[in-house]
Amino acid sequence: MTTTERAQGGESQPSRSGDAPAQAPRKPVPALSAKSLRRAVRREKIAPYLFLTPWLIGFFVITLGPMLYSFYLSFTDFSLLGAAEWVGLDNYIRMFTADPKYMDSVRVTLVYVFVSVPLQLAFALLLALVLNRGLRGLPIYRSIYYLPSLIGASVAIAVLWRQMFGKNGLVNQVLSWFGIVGESWIGNPDTALGTLIVLNVWTFGSPMVIFLAALRQVPEYLYEAAAVDGVSKWKAFWHITLPMLTPVVLFNLILQLIGAFQAFTPAYVVSGGTGGPVNSTLFYTLYLYQRGFTNFEMGYASAMAWVLFFFIAAVTAINFWLSKYWVHYDD
Amino acid sequence: MLVGFGLLMLYPLIWMLGASFKENEFIFTEVSPIPNPVTLENYEQGWEGSGIGFGTFFLNSTIVAVLSVLGNMMACSLAGFAFARMEFRGRRIFFALMLATLMLPQHVLLVPQYILFAELGWVNSFLPLVIPKFLAVDAFFVFLMVQFLRGLPRELDQAAKVDGAGPWQTYWRIILPLTMPALATTAIFTFIWTWNDFLGPILYLQDPRLYTVPLGLNAFLDASGDSAWGPMFAMAVLSLGPLFGFFLAGQKYLTSGIATTGLKG
Repeated sequence: MTTTERAQGGESQPSRSGDAPAQAPRKPVPALSAKSLRRAVRREKIAPYLFLTPWLIGFFVITLGPMLYSFYLSFTDFSLLGAAEWVGLDNYIRMFTADPKYMDSVRVTLVYVFVSVPLQLAFALLLALVLNRGLRGLPIYRSIYYLPSLIGASVAIAVLWRQMFGKNGLVNQVLSWFGIVGESWIGNPDTALGTLIVLNVWTFGSPMVIFLAALRQVPEYLYEAAAVDGVSKWKAFWHITLPMLTPVVLFNLILQLIGAFQAFTPAYVVSGGTGGPVNSTLFYTLYLYQRGFTNFEMGYASAMAWVLFFFIAAVTAINFWLSKYWVHYDD
Repeated sequence: MLVGFGLLMLYPLIWMLGASFKENEFIFTEVSPIPNPVTLENYEQGWEGSGIGFGTFFLNSTIVAVLSVLGNMMACSLAGFAFARMEFRGRRIFFALMLATLMLPQHVLLVPQYILFAELGWVNSFLPLVIPKFLAVDAFFVFLMVQFLRGLPRELDQAAKVDGAGPWQTYWRIILPLTMPALATTAIFTFIWTWNDFLGPILYLQDPRLYTVPLGLNAFLDASGDSAWGPMFAMAVLSLGPLFGFFLAGQKYLTSGIATTGLKG
């Protein structure tokens, strides 16, 4: 649609009517008939929905609809073929009472999340503090440390990990310098999960960038005032920097926890899709995938997804609730 | 010390790059990343893949990534404009719902979406990966756009309106050019995410001719087991290439994007 078309049909005519003051001084808005006014108003009302149409379709058809359907499916037995059969709470009961592999996946995921996320955030905070001391080449360091979080979830890195922590991999080659003969880290059920934890810690760059941005927001006058009062650097860190950072710590914590609960690719590739050895890398999402798309137990997989959803929501809510005890908000 | 730690962090990557130019026997014996002698055999052998070559996989990945970028840029910016700048009935409710979808784990939707796309006959095509992007399903980017627009002075739209511009013109001529930074962030992150995506393709692409690069790599790993690390590394390095490109080109947008919204790479 061109400019003139719009302007003629549109509601605002002042600039246009100003063109012909000599001929018709008493009739400034002759073009604005009742009909075109109505049309203009209608267009004004409809336009937002036109802009929103893609999102509206996406929301109802690809998000809300499937969400409700998934909730329904979680109470059924459904294998894609035939009709879904209502089984009430059976899927949920089976999960917690009759599926030891499920409990394995829960345990593996909890260990992964609650070990790797705190470590990852500790590294992120430490490096951000060091980088924030105003040294030269900050953008370069920031990029170097950020790079792994960009590619950490890719298959290429999972492939690399599989070699590095294999029997004759890079890690064991380095260890052999010290006379240590290592076994395959990935083949051993006691260490396999550890390699994936290392991978997640390795991607501390994205929370680090957020910490860095937050460190810049700490007002300089606070430190100046502290220096005037003769407060030591360590105390200034403890009483100024850290409290000012707590909202961002909470933000990063919640974000990384949610992300870690849903990790999938590394476990899949490193274990060849099995979650082995002996279920030691059977992430929750990997087991969900196996149930849903290898065994086609769509009802059971949906129930698993909802348990995951409620668990993540609960952990997030608990974090918010706990935050009032340690997060400092500016008055 | 910082340099040392940085090097240690990047060492696996540097080593893999070196190893991709090494003869297979040296990959398991050398900690040094420097290949000697240098060979391109891994790249030649890897490119052939197992059956279907990586040329096909790269083409497929490019199609999916480019369409996803286009879709997200268009749909999310339209929705963001409506939420940030327009008055309409239900705006508050829809905005709250949009924010709520931010927190919804995608796994809850995995099964029903699969059933939906299977009903539509879209399994074994790129449609399930691409069409949702044109429907602004990635709420992250809608939110990003809204946040960005809130930072632009409202006088701009009002002036346009006084000059007789309709909503579409205001959006196309005034707002869109000003939101370039947010659009760039959207494009870069969408590219990286779709290029890396594994779960989506493994669900919907069963025909090896449709495989994206991550699926191709995974299939290659399955087929050759632990015997062909050289070619595998060569292809892994190539698969990371476009990511490095975007990373270098868009660093400014990446770091500011993460800092404002907490997006993870």
